[in-house]
Amino acid sequence: MNIYLPIAEVSVSVTLLLGVGGGVGLLSGLFGVGGGFLMTPLLILCGIPPAVAVATGANQICAASFSGMLAHWRRRTVDFKMGLVLLVGGLVGSAIGVQLFALLRTLGQVDLLISLCYVVFLGIVGALMLVESVQALMRSRRGVVRRNRKRHGWMHGLPFKMRFRASNLYISAIPPFLVGLLVGVLAAIMGVGGGFIMVPAMIYLLGMATTVVVGTSLFQIMFVTAATTLMHAIANQTVDALLALVLLVGGVVGTQIGVRLAPRLKAEQLRILLALLVLVVCTKLGVDLIITPDEPFSLAEPLH
Amino acid sequence: MIRLAAFLLALVAAWPAAAEEVVAALNQTRVAITTSFDGSEIFIYGAIKRDAPEAEGELNVVITLIGPSAPVVVRKKIRQFGIWVNDPGVQVDAAPSFYAVASTRPLREALSYTDDLRHRISIDHAVRLIGDTQAERYPEDYRAAVMRLRRQGGLYTEQSGAVSVAEATLFSTSIRLPAQLIEGDYRARIFITRDKAVVDHVEKTIAVRKIGLERWIYVMAKDHALIYGLLSLAIALAAGWLASTFFRIFFP
Repeated sequence: MNIYLPIAEVSVSVTLLLGVGGGVGLLSGLFGVGGGFLMTPLLILCGIPPAVAVATGANQICAASFSGMLAHWRRRTVDFKMGLVLLVGGLVGSAIGVQLFALLRTLGQVDLLISLCYVVFLGIVGALMLVESVQALMRSRRGVVRRNRKRHGWMHGLPFKMRFRASNLYISAIPPFLVGLLVGVLAAIMGVGGGFIMVPAMIYLLGMATTVVVGTSLFQIMFVTAATTLMHAIANQTVDALLALVLLVGGVVGTQIGVRLAPRLKAEQLRILLALLVLVVCTKLGVDLIITPDEPFSLAEPLH
Repeated sequence: MIRLAAFLLALVAAWPAAAEEVVAALNQTRVAITTSFDGSEIFIYGAIKRDAPEAEGELNVVITLIGPSAPVVVRKKIRQFGIWVNDPGVQVDAAPSFYAVASTRPLREALSYTDDLRHRISIDHAVRLIGDTQAERYPEDYRAAVMRLRRQGGLYTEQSGAVSVAEATLFSTSIRLPAQLIEGDYRARIFITRDKAVVDHVEKTIAVRKIGLERWIYVMAKDHALIYGLLSLAIALAAGWLASTFFRIFFP
């Protein structure tokens, strides 16, 4: 059965979209990431115009992270104060990102920007995660107890210090603000929540208590993707509500299955799998930028 | 008197050629794009009306269906710093979103080049570059790319032999509209030719419109962007909350 999407102006198989939503949802339930980095390229592969895929992806992630955040809220694993600081950065970042997106759209380089962002960030995060999780796996096999991480000295010299009780931190508000800003820019350009960057940054850079990391990240992502959706809807008119709804139905079911499947697998193994997945997507996009394309021409709507 | 006789003679001699007229109809003049829209089939049929015995020359029928035309930007990937980047592109001033030509015989055998040009029948005449193309070295490549890409996407089709004619009078064909259809007025043109020259033609219009939910979403997104954005968010949040609550209650 096909469904005609009013904004994308294409007719796509509902089963395919439910499958994409479900598959990405499954992964996000398993790994605790939003899955936007897979959603946008998959939608483009389904024939959805890139601009619509990015904007609609943001809308879908907003719903998914709201759903996840509610669960964490009930367990009291959300640091709202930290979330707010990240959010302020995120909102500034997504405003910059949407402007950048609109500018590059007029230059016809949006596809390139999206691909480059993906290759660079997925490459870095995938490689770091792979190294870290392989090391962790080897350590756990050798039975060595991990030493406590060193606290970053330079961060204590910065002004605007704040106490984040839930995260067990007393640090300057500037590093979280900058992390939020970066994630906001990426959210707007790549149509992702940015969880795959924010979660490692919160643990390794800010040194937050790991229990509150996912919930706080979801809290921030929810607001940033909401703002991104709104800005894309106004500036580019590329949000397809019908597409978002179909993806959501698949996504919700997939996430819940993933969450129930996750405890049966080892954390280190899961992270290695996620790292490999990230690197596969990164390699595919990177190769496309380098090899000679079969069809050098592409069509686009002129901007008014 | 002699002049009048000569005029009447000329009129009679010219009469048979003008005596053939085409009448045609479509099985539908409205196409509704609903949520479950999966393409549509337009059946075009008609007859050739004659006041005199059939004229000399080979008879052919050419039918075209053309979608709304809009400018399109064509970009070519060029290699820069080792990666493939889009060039600034060329604007093709008019390219129909859909174009189908169906004919009794291959177009070149059914229609002369001059009549093709005059009536803009083949796809080649519908995709036009008008503006400042001097700046670009090979604008023709870009124009050809539009036709190639849209042919690959099934938006431009040429079907020779797809029109069947019975008793040199009745003809019919069906043209498939793909699922990837945009809104607008689609023009169906029916030509009859004798020895590659157009004898008569008629034009019909098909209104392709989004209806119901499709229409509503589209209009909201374009005309009330802020409300639409907020509504999208409200739906997303409601769905997220519903999902969370549902799974908490039924699968704790």
